[in-house]
Amino acid sequence: MAGIDLRSKGDRADRTFRWLAIGAAALVLLVLGLIALTMSTRSTAVLEKMGLGFFTSDRWVANDNDPSQALYGALPFIWGTLYTATIAVILAVPISLGIALFITQVAPAKLRRPLVYFVDLLAVVPSVVYGLWGVLVLAPKIKGVYDSIHNAVDGIPVLQSIFGSASAGKSFMTAGVILAIMIIPIITSLAREVIETTPPGEKEAALALGATRWEMIRTSVLPHSRVGLVGAVMLGLGRAMGETIAATLVIGGSAAVTTNLFGSGNSMPAIIASEWGEAGDLHKSALIALAMTLFLITIAVNLIATRIVGAKRIA
Amino acid sequence: MTTVGAMKTSMHFLIGAFAIAALSTSCKKKADDGGGNAKTIESTGDKKAGDKPTGGSVTLNGSGSTFQKSFDEVCIEAFTKANAGTQINYAGGGSGKGRKDLGDMVVDFAGSDSPFKDEEAKNAKGGDLLYFPVLLGAVTISYNLDGVDKLQLSGETAAKIFQRDIKKWNDPAIAADNPGVKLPDTDIVVAHRGDGSGTTDIFTKFLDGGSNGTWKLKSGSTVEWPTDTQAGQGNGGVAQIVKSTAGAVGYVDLSDAKQTGLHYAAVKNGAGKFVEANAASVSAAGEGIDVKDNLTFSAVNAKGDAAYPVTGQTWIVVYAKQTDKAKGEAIKSFLKFVLTDGQKLATDVDYAPLPKPLADKAIAQLDKIKT
Repeated sequence: MAGIDLRSKGDRADRTFRWLAIGAAALVLLVLGLIALTMSTRSTAVLEKMGLGFFTSDRWVANDNDPSQALYGALPFIWGTLYTATIAVILAVPISLGIALFITQVAPAKLRRPLVYFVDLLAVVPSVVYGLWGVLVLAPKIKGVYDSIHNAVDGIPVLQSIFGSASAGKSFMTAGVILAIMIIPIITSLAREVIETTPPGEKEAALALGATRWEMIRTSVLPHSRVGLVGAVMLGLGRAMGETIAATLVIGGSAAVTTNLFGSGNSMPAIIASEWGEAGDLHKSALIALAMTLFLITIAVNLIATRIVGAKRIA
Repeated sequence: MTTVGAMKTSMHFLIGAFAIAALSTSCKKKADDGGGNAKTIESTGDKKAGDKPTGGSVTLNGSGSTFQKSFDEVCIEAFTKANAGTQINYAGGGSGKGRKDLGDMVVDFAGSDSPFKDEEAKNAKGGDLLYFPVLLGAVTISYNLDGVDKLQLSGETAAKIFQRDIKKWNDPAIAADNPGVKLPDTDIVVAHRGDGSGTTDIFTKFLDGGSNGTWKLKSGSTVEWPTDTQAGQGNGGVAQIVKSTAGAVGYVDLSDAKQTGLHYAAVKNGAGKFVEANAASVSAAGEGIDVKDNLTFSAVNAKGDAAYPVTGQTWIVVYAKQTDKAKGEAIKSFLKFVLTDGQKLATDVDYAPLPKPLADKAIAQLDKIKT
């Protein structure tokens, strides 16, 4: 009797659980769908006015006093987002990999736990704190560094356009440095977990064949964790592209499409946060269209990441 | 270890539960306030019965202009001290937000540095709007230049600086405005607001109207700044850039410029005089303005020898028809206070009081609020 009762209860519980789980999953899709719907309906006004020019024009003239004269080109912000995120990833990946390899392969067991703790601690610092540090400490001090790099490469083609002149401390590079600091803990903890899954047998085999520690890492650890590492980097990239407050504070706030690392620029999340409050109707529509663009780019990055990770896994 | 862990979790849980409970009660209160029920009956027993005026209390909510926020705060403090039954909240958030909130009737009054746009006024759900000017304030051109404590700028020169036609401090145009001053060969760094702002609107209106056509970037709460400039968030953010960057120049409201300890330039007005920003020159600007019947006006580039040209104004906007009697009366008496005793507090927060004739007109307009 008791057994039967229990089973029927269990059935009901199973069914309830099943529906709850389906409901939760459906809710995610519903929210995503509603976001996409709202964004596309509310951004039509600016897309009707600008057409494809919205994505290709590099001029952003809000002109709320006379909207008929306004111009909304998203290119500077798309550029700024991708450029700063790229700088951040380039700076963060080698450092993160270094920390992860140090923790898992080199550090004595006693040091591991505190190191992991401190790296994770970096991840929970609110982004506004990094942003304020950037604007109050880093930006005023770093101008001199920019100037000396610029003077050193002045006159050399290509290099002089990348390391151009700095108007002051806020720039793509400053934003890239702050974003790099913010994504280092994320990439590090994921990379560490991935690396730790390397079967000890493979590592020992490499060492038994006479490999040095570096050769062991190169021949057994890295090939084994490559897929996971790509995933870790992509997550870091996504975080860097979506960061709002820290970027707003240190990026400089100019609508510029330039390779000059030390130039002032702007990113999509930053301009949305800055200009929303006082924006008129068409201006708001343009900001929503920017949000949609950011949404699409993030999805594209994620799809590419899944592709890479998936392809490797099958191979 | 595990017991400690469990205790910690339960502590967290408890704290969380308290927080949620506190939040939900405060939400409930707010919902009551916003739902047209003006009277919040004080049921909590923690106040002495003697403190309470008969019939409960009234809560007024406002939002909008950050330009007038510090002034509103001192007025609210002084007013509610004398009128214990009234509670007033002013949330800031920017003029645009204030106008939208009042239009949607989620607040009882809005602070705004510019009048409602035609479209906004048409969409306002509560009918006709009344504008009450509350104060005038200066926007300074603050700078950071070693060895130069006094600087004079004309509208034309300021326009050239801010649109990057001039890139060095010893440019002949700046020298022409400052006879006898030794200007260094420093690069100019232009700082502006990154967020949409009424301060930008006032400053660009001054350049647009006061530079004899030199200014090309039009006016508005955001404009298309040249790309080799630096943006700060809020008046404080621009002040911080100016403070920390040699050769920097930016527009900052007077109270932030003073608090940050910045030097600011004397600006040439329409009468050809260089005038420094202070309460007297801002009030002088108030005397030289053309006020429309609905009490809207622009104080930028006002007439008069002593008028400071980069002067902005701000209004408290309310509906002429108040649906709730108690609230309507409270708004009336608060506005009366702001326009009379409150005016004396304006200079405390580095703003200037309204000129007497304008304040009188505004007081007379109080009768148009129908409860």
